[in-house]
Amino acid sequence: MTDLERYQDPLTIQRVLHATKTIAIVGLSNNELRASYFVGYYLKRHGYRVIPVNPRATEILGETSYPSLQDVPVPVDLVNVFRAPDALPGIARDAVEINADALWCQFGVINEEGARIAEDGGQTVIMDRCLKVEHARYVGRMHWLGFNTQRITSVRAGLQ
Amino acid sequence: MTDKPEEARAFGFETRQLHAGQRPDPNTGARAVPVFQTTSYVFEDPESAAAYFNLQEYGNTYSRIMNPTVAVFEERVANLEGGSGAVAFSSGIAAQAGALFTLLEPGDHVVSSSALYGGTVNQFKHLFRKMNVELTWIDPDDPDAWRGVVRPNTKAFFAETIGNPAGNVLDIEAVAAIAHEHELPLIVDNTFATPYLCRPIEWGADIVIHSATKFIGGHGTSIGGVVVEAGTFNWSNGRFPVVADPSPAYHGLQFHETFGEYGYLMKLRAETLRDLGGTLAPLNAFLFLQGLETLSLRMDRHVENARAVAAFLESHELASNVTYPGLPGSPYRTLVEKYLPRGAGAVFSFDCAGGRVGGQDLISGVTLWSHLANVGDAKSLIIHPGSTTHRQLGDDELRAAGIAPGTVRLSVGTESVEDLIWDLEQGFAHVAARAAEKVTTA
Ligand SMILES: Cc1ncc(COP(=O)(O)O)c(C=O)c1O
Repeated sequence: MTDLERYQDPLTIQRVLHATKTIAIVGLSNNELRASYFVGYYLKRHGYRVIPVNPRATEILGETSYPSLQDVPVPVDLVNVFRAPDALPGIARDAVEINADALWCQFGVINEEGARIAEDGGQTVIMDRCLKVEHARYVGRMHWLGFNTQRITSVRAGLQ
Repeated sequence: MTDKPEEARAFGFETRQLHAGQRPDPNTGARAVPVFQTTSYVFEDPESAAAYFNLQEYGNTYSRIMNPTVAVFEERVANLEGGSGAVAFSSGIAAQAGALFTLLEPGDHVVSSSALYGGTVNQFKHLFRKMNVELTWIDPDDPDAWRGVVRPNTKAFFAETIGNPAGNVLDIEAVAAIAHEHELPLIVDNTFATPYLCRPIEWGADIVIHSATKFIGGHGTSIGGVVVEAGTFNWSNGRFPVVADPSPAYHGLQFHETFGEYGYLMKLRAETLRDLGGTLAPLNAFLFLQGLETLSLRMDRHVENARAVAAFLESHELASNVTYPGLPGSPYRTLVEKYLPRGAGAVFSFDCAGGRVGGQDLISGVTLWSHLANVGDAKSLIIHPGSTTHRQLGDDELRAAGIAPGTVRLSVGTESVEDLIWDLEQGFAHVAARAAEKVTTA
């Protein structure tokens, strides 16, 4: 069993959300009903630069899609993974090679070896969490749909 | 992102009943939860509007489906129950209908405890017949009874934490395990326990329902209900195409795949609440929030008073068969110790001597207990089913429903307990005097 809590620390999640500007989404689908498309659309709306990585597409969400992380021509802060767990070690190696700061693996993308490769390469790893949900929890409006954000604060700040 | 990072502290129940789901209003700084008495919300631009309706962005559209005041109530209950989220409804009955409608299709089958609130029994009988859903009632006290009646088309188990009329306490962990063996969700109506006394999700329940009308409000001013989901049930296990498959009612969206642990609740809101209505009004959500702020304080007091009243009745010669599960001699004692360590709620019944007439006389003899059909109010309530809710039934039919001709139901409030006992004594004195009258006139 992977010790998932190690990869789900709320302070780390908030730091990554805050520090990130450019996100490469590996496995982003061109089908607007897929979860990855929902996440990509949402992140773009919230001001992140989203770069699709999908060899089967040329353009997704109006952005050029690249076949692999190595093909992305600009620096990437965060690599967000929507692929089968087995693909993670390879993606982690690529993420280290392009010098990304963090690796974020979506719900169910759990692979111990991949996480270790990324950590050994100096990256922050988030695993089995949804980037959209965590953004909406801390910055956005997830609360408006009655979801349990787990937040307790009396500080007046930010968006409703 | 400007907010200071927040520690993931495990805040206590009493802190969360005051704060969960609400931050001070960023525009005005209002500390109390504002009542957003509005039907609709102005969109920033056409693209935002489209994103909200497509569920690509969390945004307010129309108050049949979402409202910022109602959302505070929803998140607070979800937080107290330990769920992933909640959807509020205009009544407890509407919440039950919504929770079930979301996961059922014609031809399905539901297994339910027979020890339920009478309104729920009626709802299941009639609603399911009209939906062409089969229903099997079982004795909730026997966990194996649940296992024995599962069919290929079974879609859910349903029970109450503390049931009617005998105060049956559900062995949640055992029944949840059986449900999960069959890849089924366990739905628990936690109205009588409240999340302060029991949190069914911690014992494996998948969906928790409340009639907020009762202890959550506590003031008896508003009707409302709420559905909480744990967020851990695998709706993509093959048994629930209605939740997992592309939805014809939402342009092919696959709710479970797209929203993961929030998928069922998204569907409950975006489809069921949209199509059935039954929305909680913002003002009622506000009133329930006022109730939730003191939930733990009230429940401790309800339990303390209920224990004292039950003990008084147990020792009274005109009372028998006191069904309070919190009594030391209750058959549910071990289950109470496990699931309800802080107390077994405040609703129970007993049999008054003198049968139907005795029960009626007791009601006419009290002056502080309110004679009405609701429970969970801070004010103590008393009712005699034989002359009210179950008046049409003969003595034998009553007994078949688990009710004796002299059965009296109580919901013990938070008054000074000596006044409650004084009033019951008045009632019993009236019963005795009337019985004596009859003897002398006979
Ligand atoms: C245990 C229980 N469940 C559900 C309900 C139905 O709730 P409401 O009256 O809010 O529709 C009630 C109401 O009496 C109840 O006592």
